[in-house]
Amino acid sequence: MSALVIAEHNNITLEPTTLNTITAAKQLDEDIHILIAGHMIYQIADIATKIDSVTKVLLADNIIYAHGLAEPLSSLITEIGHNYHAILASATTHSKNVLPRVAALFDVAQISDVSNIISNDTFIRQIYTGKALEILKSKDNIKIITVRSSSFKEAKNTGGHAIIETVSNKNYSLCSSFLSRQINKSRRPELITSKIIISGGRGIGSIENFKLLEVVADKLGAAVGATRAAVDSGFATTDMQIGQSGKIVSPELYIAVAISGAPQHIAGISDSKIIVAINKDKDAPIISIADYFIVGDLYQILPELVTELNK
Amino acid sequence: MKVLVAVKPVIDCDVKFLIKEDNSRINFNNLKFIINPFDENAIEEAVRLKEAGKVSEIIVVSIGPSQSKNIIFTALAFGADRGIFIVNEDTKLQPLAIAKLLKIIAIRELPAMIIAGKQSIDDNLGQTGQMLSALLGWSQGTFVSKLIINSTNVEVIREIDNGLETIVLSLPTVITVDLRINKPRYASLSNIIKAKKKPIDILSSIDLCNDISPHLITLKIEELKRHKFGINLANVTELIDKLKIKVI
Ligand SMILES: Cc1cc2nc3c(=O)[nH]c(=O)nc-3n(C[C@H](O)[C@H](O)[C@H](O)COP(=O)(O)OP(=O)(O)OC[C@H]3O[C@@H](n4cnc5c(N)ncnc54)[C@H](O)[C@@H]3O)c2cc1C
Repeated sequence: MSALVIAEHNNITLEPTTLNTITAAKQLDEDIHILIAGHMIYQIADIATKIDSVTKVLLADNIIYAHGLAEPLSSLITEIGHNYHAILASATTHSKNVLPRVAALFDVAQISDVSNIISNDTFIRQIYTGKALEILKSKDNIKIITVRSSSFKEAKNTGGHAIIETVSNKNYSLCSSFLSRQINKSRRPELITSKIIISGGRGIGSIENFKLLEVVADKLGAAVGATRAAVDSGFATTDMQIGQSGKIVSPELYIAVAISGAPQHIAGISDSKIIVAINKDKDAPIISIADYFIVGDLYQILPELVTELNK
Repeated sequence: MKVLVAVKPVIDCDVKFLIKEDNSRINFNNLKFIINPFDENAIEEAVRLKEAGKVSEIIVVSIGPSQSKNIIFTALAFGADRGIFIVNEDTKLQPLAIAKLLKIIAIRELPAMIIAGKQSIDDNLGQTGQMLSALLGWSQGTFVSKLIINSTNVEVIREIDNGLETIVLSLPTVITVDLRINKPRYASLSNIIKAKKKPIDILSSIDLCNDISPHLITLKIEELKRHKFGINLANVTELIDKLKIKVI
């Protein structure tokens, strides 16, 4: 039996997190298949055949998969999935939408947001907003797993020689339909895989000030993140939210500007290598998890940072 | 339209959680249960839809140990019409088991829409709604921050990793919501008093479903120590110097 990875893509390019998931899958099996379900996806299928360790690309090309709707996609995965002992996908909103359905249809549990694989049935994940690690064992014969991308390296996208096989599903219901998508395009790196992130909190105060963070980000080649409070204040878009109910990140460097450090925010950043906090309050909780901090006003510090980085 | 709202009792996060000495599991004795915050938004949304005349009845359902029953009263005080409490004393139920129990309630009540929170603040799994939708074969809208009821379907805006997505769901449907969908109200004193008179059906998990045992076994829980003794830097120049050595 092999392991199956569900590719994430936009019908044109493969999401890099898929490669992290392949690395996780390699810890479970030497024979890895990848499912690409979408519409007009031949280009991605071709790229996928070259991924290291992938032996088979399952290609499901149909307009019903074009927008990744959960119902047809989960029935497809369930129809082909019984040939596998493990089905993996990155812990993105896309697979969080689809995989629990697959698990339910197989009558098995989903193992969410796995950060470490100990053996074929034993996994580690963080619980309690990152305050504890849980080591758990699955009793199911098919493991449905979502993977914390930042905990696994990207697999090489060269060296593989996979064959392509077309698949389709017979039984599906179209009970939902796609209307539109508003993508917030950014030229900056993706948050969940970025090496450097600078984030702003409610204390940033305005959209204009938030732009200052973007200037610093561009100097550093960083991604820009935000707290829920900053998003709710209208300074940033929802896709920039980091934390328990947003994205989980683990960059080499995380710079938190005017962020108090609520447990729900820390839950999303606690795996960062180095945390820098800039806050006017020396007692802000973020300070207690920071490697370096500057106590001071962002109105003074951010422009200084820009000048300093320009040197 | 009849709406079922699923609410989870969770431990108040202000209460410090405990790991037992033998590293086995978190100790739930004497802790206070509250409604999972995301589920509060689910109730609020149902109540607003009822106030707007789009919903005729709101049934709130919860599954938990008997000492968590108080959360049903809270939900009724927010404006739900009646409650169903499924007592489950022993092991903590996993999402698949919760979904199976909710499916039974859905078949019994036949709502046009089930609303729940997109995740819970304790396990953070975010699976139950999707599992329920799949088991019922109903349509699904997750991570919803806006919900519009049309005559024959429901339109939702979903928060996805790179932006927002709008999809249309045929009825019946299962929806999971984000905190951003609304701002839950405070229950007024008169509503709290009224809630005491609202009907609550008390059922038992083992009577409803014989297939709710856990599929995942916790072997160990380890506390992660995050505290650092960070270095206080006087200015930006010092920061850049430090970071030059370490990363940039
Ligand atoms: C169920 C639930 C889920 C949640 N999920 C998330 C989540 O995923 N992500 C998340 O981030 N939050 C989440 N939250 C919200 C969280 O609890 C906090 O409210 C939020 O993180 C606070 O954001 P903040 O630090 O930007 O704002 P605040 O807590 O208001 O902090 C602002 C900080 O800015 C500093 N400041 C102000 N002005 C200046 C200045 N001029 N110069 C320097 N510093 C300044 C202040 O000292 C303060 O420390 C969640 C909450 C709940 C209940």
